[in-house]
Amino acid sequence: MRRPGTLTVYVWELRKLRAQKRTYLGLGIVTAVPLIFVISLGLRAGGPDGVAFGRYVHQSGLAIPLVILIFASAFLLPLATALVAGDIVAAEDHNGTLKTILTRSLDRGQIFAGKLLAALSYALLALVLMGTVATVAGSLESGFNGLVSLSGTHISAPKALELVYASFGIYLLPMLAIASIGVLLSTTTRNSAGAVVGTVMVVLMLNLLNIVPGLGSLHDYLLPNQFDAWMGFLRTPIDWSPIVRAAWVSAIYAVPCVFAAYLVFLRRDVTGG
Amino acid sequence: MSTSGRAPDGDAPPVRALGLVKRYGELVAVDHVDLNVATGDIYGYLGPNGAGKTTSLRMLLGLIRPDEGDVELFGRDPLIAGAKALDGVAGFVEAPRFYPYMTGRRNLDLLAAFDGAGAAGRIDESLRAVDLDKRDGDKVGGYSHGMRQRLGIAAALLRAPRLLLLDEPATGLDPAGLRDMRSLIRRLAGEGITVMLSSHQLAEVEELCNRVAIIRTGRVAYEGELAELKRTAAAEYRVRTTDDHRAAAVCRAQPAIFEIRVTDDEIRVRAEEPAIAELSIALGEAGIGLKLLANEQATLEDLFFRLTEGDPVAAEAVA
Repeated sequence: MRRPGTLTVYVWELRKLRAQKRTYLGLGIVTAVPLIFVISLGLRAGGPDGVAFGRYVHQSGLAIPLVILIFASAFLLPLATALVAGDIVAAEDHNGTLKTILTRSLDRGQIFAGKLLAALSYALLALVLMGTVATVAGSLESGFNGLVSLSGTHISAPKALELVYASFGIYLLPMLAIASIGVLLSTTTRNSAGAVVGTVMVVLMLNLLNIVPGLGSLHDYLLPNQFDAWMGFLRTPIDWSPIVRAAWVSAIYAVPCVFAAYLVFLRRDVTGG
Repeated sequence: MSTSGRAPDGDAPPVRALGLVKRYGELVAVDHVDLNVATGDIYGYLGPNGAGKTTSLRMLLGLIRPDEGDVELFGRDPLIAGAKALDGVAGFVEAPRFYPYMTGRRNLDLLAAFDGAGAAGRIDESLRAVDLDKRDGDKVGGYSHGMRQRLGIAAALLRAPRLLLLDEPATGLDPAGLRDMRSLIRRLAGEGITVMLSSHQLAEVEELCNRVAIIRTGRVAYEGELAELKRTAAAEYRVRTTDDHRAAAVCRAQPAIFEIRVTDDEIRVRAEEPAIAELSIALGEAGIGLKLLANEQATLEDLFFRLTEGDPVAAEAVA
């Protein structure tokens, strides 16, 4: 008879996430922030100054998700990502359920892969949910209108919508790297709160490196800076260099973290519970 | 040398552990432990807290890696064969743990999905076996300790096991729960399932198990038939005579009597049966009348404490 595999673990990890309040806390926050932002726009005439697309938020609802992407990179989306990624192994270890699932018919590698995929899926869901709420609410508030690109050219509304979702796609890459850091900390620390906070602290530390004098040459390789790569899509013609860099820089952070977490998970002694 | 990830050998014993060692820094939690559980055994694994029972069971299930030694379950090493080594094996270490935010049935749905091989079709039967079929819709967070223990057994039964490894299955159960658990284990053993259980409940082990291993400070002090242990362990005899003072001297002169305690009104000697026969003759030859010669057969509790407390050399002599 066919043995269960990674897909089984992945599906059940998603079901477990659906059954936990913590999941909805993160999703609630990423839903509330764009709604609050749009409501505040409706209450006053101005918009965020000094931010790309900030001055267009009253002309086109499609500018709103882009502005929110800029603000969300510092803390909001890393936190939402860390809430699940930092918890996904450590909580099971702490509660003793890791030993329960490790004594069934699945190999450790399959369980790790299922958990990793679930953490990455949650990051994707948080981003798509936030972006979609911002796009819909923004369009209702400011209209489904075209955008002016960062190069000053006009982009039609359907094309702009396409580029907004493409931006979400490239924005996802550093988020996945953050999720990988979270999974590594979750696997090694065996402490859920420590792993969640640790992940956010790593992002904040990388942000701080951005303002340390003398480290200018490092900026292109800092993970938080890859959150701005989507702006390449909003230039005419599309500027692929920041997008390609975001892809490989994010991979440089993600791949070693995932590999290290995998090795630790395979070899660790499960003593919790 | 382990025989590893090969196909399971039909004749291979359910559990074979050889020279298991687990160290935590300076502490040697398990020190060259050998365990042999044969098909059909109800095997008791006894030892005081911290003796290394749970660490041993975790190594058997592949949850922790031994620093030395090999484990085989039906001829397969969990560290080499991975999950395949656990085919036909089920159980839990320490308290069974579940997802508290899911119902009992939902937890079993998850575990059955992780088991495959038709486990989902055994959920109802397993719940009925542990009398949880009417509470399966409640969240596990609201279960009592005893209900979680029973759910742990149900989760094990999903795997249609040939070997059950149970760590303190009776812990925290009320008297009715204890009775039901013993009855369930006896029934499962009657169905041909080999059972290895660690326990502090000596009465339970004495009642259920045919073979035991007794572990102290990480080392196995005895492994074998329970009946053999009780038979070979020298019994204690109470002796009352017409002259206890001289009788004690006669006892001391008997080389086969290896323990003598003189109390206010009697002498207690530990010896095997032939030595007691010789003692009675020697007392008669010395003109000492016997008023009482009574055998006090050692209980498992006596043997357990003799093997797990005091001088390890003396304990080995008992074993």
